[in-house]
Amino acid sequence: MSSDYIIDVQNLCKSFGDKEVVHRVNLQVKSGEIFGFLGPNGSGKTTTIRMICGLLKPTSGEGHCLGYDIIKDAYQIKKEVGYMTQQFSLYEDLTIRENLEFTGRVYQLKNYKTLVNEALENLGLIGRQNQLTGTLSGGWKRRLALAGAMLHQPKLLLLDEPTAGVDPKARRQFWNEIHELSERGITTLVSTHYMDEAERCHRLAYIAYGSLLATGTIPDVIKNAGLTMWVVSGENLNKLANQLRELPAIEQVTVFGKELHVVGTDKKALANAIKPFQKKPYTWEEELATLEDVFISLVGKAKDNFYLIKN
Amino acid sequence: MKRFSIQRLCAIIIKEFIQMKRDRLTFAMIVAIPLLQLILFGYAINSNPKYLPTAVMSSDQSAFTRRFIRSLQDTTYFRVVSLPKSEAMAQKLLRTNRAQFVLNIPSDFSRDLIRGKRPSLLLTVDTTDSMAAANAIAASNILTKDVFDHLLTGALSYLRPTPPPFNLIIHAKYNPELITQYNIVPGLIGVVLTMTMVIITALAMTREVERGTMESLLATPARPLEVMLGKVIPYIIVGYLQLFLILGAAYFVFRIPAEGSLFLLCCAALPFIAANLSVGVMFSTAAKNQLQATQMSIFFFLPSILLSGFMFPFYGMPVWAQKIGSILPLTYFLRMTRGILLKGNTLADAWPNIWPIILFMIIALFVGVMRYRQTLD
Ligand SMILES: Nc1ncnc2c1ncn2[C@@H]1O[C@H](COP(=O)(O)OP(=O)(O)OP(=O)(O)O)[C@@H](O)[C@H]1O
Ligand SMILES: [Mg+2]
Repeated sequence: MSSDYIIDVQNLCKSFGDKEVVHRVNLQVKSGEIFGFLGPNGSGKTTTIRMICGLLKPTSGEGHCLGYDIIKDAYQIKKEVGYMTQQFSLYEDLTIRENLEFTGRVYQLKNYKTLVNEALENLGLIGRQNQLTGTLSGGWKRRLALAGAMLHQPKLLLLDEPTAGVDPKARRQFWNEIHELSERGITTLVSTHYMDEAERCHRLAYIAYGSLLATGTIPDVIKNAGLTMWVVSGENLNKLANQLRELPAIEQVTVFGKELHVVGTDKKALANAIKPFQKKPYTWEEELATLEDVFISLVGKAKDNFYLIKN
Repeated sequence: MKRFSIQRLCAIIIKEFIQMKRDRLTFAMIVAIPLLQLILFGYAINSNPKYLPTAVMSSDQSAFTRRFIRSLQDTTYFRVVSLPKSEAMAQKLLRTNRAQFVLNIPSDFSRDLIRGKRPSLLLTVDTTDSMAAANAIAASNILTKDVFDHLLTGALSYLRPTPPPFNLIIHAKYNPELITQYNIVPGLIGVVLTMTMVIITALAMTREVERGTMESLLATPARPLEVMLGKVIPYIIVGYLQLFLILGAAYFVFRIPAEGSLFLLCCAALPFIAANLSVGVMFSTAAKNQLQATQMSIFFFLPSILLSGFMFPFYGMPVWAQKIGSILPLTYFLRMTRGILLKGNTLADAWPNIWPIILFMIIALFVGVMRYRQTLD
């Protein structure tokens, strides 16, 4: 184990019954890093995060979190990690204040009253502190849960889709705060489905069908995917899109309003394939593939592999 | 346990109390169940019923028969409700439940009696409910001995029955009037506690799983023992609330004597309450949802109420049933409360019924802590 990694897991596998939902996942997260965790629904993000914080026992594999063994030292990990669950898991029949105070006591915080007051002020919920948590709106519930996960000032935050259903302003505020924490040396592993959030991470990992498909900084991930992308603009793009989709060298054709993204892996084959269409009224330009294009391409390929192995 | 933390335990206790306070329905149940059971068992159920409807078909009207019928009513077990004219009518009364007894007095009863021919009276009894009739039959038997004594004077005194060569004196102790409530109400404390305590903790734990709060509770450093005790301790107080409610009613409404120390009873109730709560916790570790938890609680409650000696006399049950009964804490608690309340048992008397409950509690709590999952698997 290397001490400069806050999270360091190797070959994590997890099966439910005979279904393997996480397959040989390796993750290394450095101190102070904001690490994005992306992947389609059901790809195993929540399961992986739960294994990292000791809530699930890996079927095989090993690893350390904050220097503690994730299998043997779950108790120590729980004390020092702030975990925000994907599903709302505060007590709906407790008030906002009572929920935070419960967290404060369970983590044995000496000055929990002050900490709770500060958290309530930050959230702007001080006026509603005696409202039952169950009566909060969805977005506010998530913001409260996040405040709860950060109350004991953990060194590592594991956040499972913390901003799902949260409004743009609160999301921006949340990301600013995460970056501030990062500067103070606090590490964050955050799962998300939003591309703009992925772009605010220092590094990220992409998982599909239980396997990690890519890890690294955003430029690395894009470069390693080796995609070529052409952006087409002009009239009647839908018709063009349908024609292009028939061609084997073209992997993805996506319409973005007045633009068309045409993506392929084999640069030469792609150039040949689009040659007949590079004429009026269309204008073609080669650009760097976006993160989203990369992910969609990765999932497409992983799916093919997945079914190859299965059948 | 070296990592055990009182502060975390308190956190869970406080949380549990707040939730209990907010859950009005459960709270109402906690108070309503003892009251309802008291009314049902205390007032409605009587295994020594009196004034049972009796039909008398008499073909002989004499001082003897009048005397017999009056004495029969004086036992307080019989109440003459009808005087049918024919055998068929009398049988119909029995069949349709309008009478539980039919007394047949033959036409020459008095004449045969005076002649010393030992005539017979026929008392037909509907024994569908064997328990209900038993005491009445016993009372009517005693009557035959001396009912006619004061009529058989002077010339008829030779008809007086000769006394048996010895007397058997029966001394009904602890509950001489055989008042059912004396037996039932102390037992009710145990039944109510078993019924509510098991289910309440079983639900409190599975609710966390069902509402998804278990995930964040497990993610906190709270230890299994802390979580369990945190769930058990608030309900101990609830258990005592129920205990006082029933004891109060026993004392003020049913006038049950408290021969022994109430303080001893309250102390000895603690392991029993804790034992039932631990069973609830144990169930919750196996149940996937609140419905299953409820079903498991009922599964525990039924043998408790049937085989503990609450419903049926313990020593009247077959051996296998007694063996099952001897595992259940309610069996010992019943003996203990009846012992303390009716017989004035002291700690030394009650101890043989206390330690099995403590043992049961420790085992249940241990199994619960062992089975408590610290992960979501
Ligand atoms: N307790 C469980 N028992 C059986 N299968 C499970 C269990 N938990 C998760 N799974 C399965 O594991 C797979 C991965 O689930 P997981 O929740 O990790 O996905 P995810 O990446 O978090 O998805 P999402 O983006 O929708 O949150 C899914 O197919 C899910 O059905
Ligand atoms: Mg998830």
